[in-house]
This record gives sequence, structure tokens and C-alpha cells, in this order.
Amino acid sequence: MSNPLEQFKIKKLIPLDLGAVDISFTNAALFMLIAVALVLILFIVALRNPAVIPSRIQNVGEIFFEFISDLLKEFLGEEGRKYFPFIFSTFIFVLFCNLLGMLPYAFTVTSQIVVTFGLGISIFIIINIIAFVRNGFSFFSFFLPSGVPMIMAPMMIFIELFSYLARPVSLSVRLTANMIAGHVLLKVLAGFVIMMGLTSGWLPIPVVSILIGFEIFVAVLQAYIFTILICVYLSDAVHMH
Amino acid sequence: MDASSIKYIAIGLMAFGFLGAAIGVGIIFSSTVSAVARNPSAEGKIFKYAIIGAGLSEAMGLFALVICFMLMFG
Repeated sequence: MSNPLEQFKIKKLIPLDLGAVDISFTNAALFMLIAVALVLILFIVALRNPAVIPSRIQNVGEIFFEFISDLLKEFLGEEGRKYFPFIFSTFIFVLFCNLLGMLPYAFTVTSQIVVTFGLGISIFIIINIIAFVRNGFSFFSFFLPSGVPMIMAPMMIFIELFSYLARPVSLSVRLTANMIAGHVLLKVLAGFVIMMGLTSGWLPIPVVSILIGFEIFVAVLQAYIFTILICVYLSDAVHMH
Repeated sequence: MDASSIKYIAIGLMAFGFLGAAIGVGIIFSSTVSAVARNPSAEGKIFKYAIIGAGLSEAMGLFALVICFMLMFG
């Protein structure tokens, strides 16, 4: 059986070199560009003839907009409008990269831990900067929940600090692990079709079809969970200090 | 017992991590069903929270699966 992890290999499409740094154009970069191009095409077409009663394609753009707008209003209130471009771009990028990986022979960009960890750590840094700018040094009161007896305080601070530092790691590994697991499962089951030959090779096909449907659901759900957790962390940084 | 057979035993032991995820998702949906039974008109919001909770709980099991794959093919 061939290696199901081979689909995640990064191939250099155009090798480039900047001195000692390797900046070749890889298949990951190509699919990120395709995702961004698709998003731009969708929104340019949706807003071409804007009308108060939306046409069908404008409705799609409005669905995305209202979805994130309602999410921000629920978690951050009226000042959530400031963070709208940031949250919206993150959600749309992760959603389109996940969904693009479901096409045959496509490369799933978000299955690379470097991509999701890059997103996660930069969002973590942004949220920390926002927390410091808004709250000053009382940001550190976040790690000591109110009503804790002072005896347990050092241990509580230690535990809370580590669970805070685990946030970007868990955010990124959750997305990567879901994508990797889904695609490896699909490849393994699809390999059974060839392995079982002509007589019983048609048996795994309905299972793979159902799994593809489930994977599309997981792709959308994981993008949604990523965005909702960023909103929760942002509302933690802005409000409860 | 050479290194490759211990590797397979390790992979098999690592797969037990999924037990926690399965129980977690079961608990989430059991409370969802109870909540909808008590208050059927709130089904939309409750189901939304159930799906978010299932996604978060499944992720913990998938951390174990990723280590399994790393052991199997690395």
C-alpha cells in the first residue's frame, strides 16, 4: 500500500533562491494564491451591481458578511466592528483553503502545521498587544481568578499561565490534525478500492463518498471553530480584566 | 522484541486516545438531547453549541491520531 502521507509533501514548482534563503514557489503557495483569487472573484462578482434587494450571488456575499458580523456583535458588542476585517479575512482564508483541499489532486494548505501555527501565533501576538494596549499592566490579573484564597494563588497562576500559553498551540494543532486525519482516512479507504480488485472493489466506494461529504462538513466546521475561538480570546482580552 | 514490533505496539497503544474523544462527544450530544427535550424551541442555539463542542472535543482525540500517524510513517 502506498504511503497515504505522501499527499502532504511540499513540492517546489519554481525553485528560487535569495542568497542562502530558499524562497521557491511551492505547491502550498500556489494553492494559497488560488484560494485568495477565488475569494476576490467571488466578492468582486457579488458586488458588481449592488442592489438593496440582493441578486443571488450578492446574497452569498451578504451571507458571509452577516455571519461574521453577527458573531462579532454577539461576543464583542458594538466595538466589534473595529476587528471585522481581521476576523473576516481569517475566516474566509481558512474556509477556502480547507474547502479547496477537498478537490481531487488539490493540496490542502491548512494541513501543514507551519501554516496554521503561523496563523495561530500571529493572532496570539495580536491579541496580547491589544490586551496590553487596552488594559495596561492589569492584564496580569487575568491569571488569578477572583475569589481564590491566597494560599493557592501561586499554583493557580502557574496553571492558568500554561493553559493560556496552550491556546495558540491547540488552535493550530486542532485545524491541522482535523485536516490530516480526514485526508489520510480518505486515501487509505480509497486505496482499498484498488486493493480489493474488480469483484469486491466497489464496496468501499459508497463509504468514501459519505466520508467526502463528512469531510466537507468538517472543513466548514473547523474554519468556524477557529474563528469563534479567536473571537472568544479577543473578547477575553478586551473585556474581562 | 525488536524495534519495529515495539513500534507497532506503540501505535496500537496510542490509538486508545480516541476513547476520550468518543466519550466526550457522546456526553455532549446526550446533554443536547436532554436540553432540547426540556425546551424544544431553543433547538437552533443548542444545536449550534453542540456542534462547536463536538468539534472542540474531537480535536483532542485527533491529537492522539496525529501522533499515531507520526509513529506509523515517520
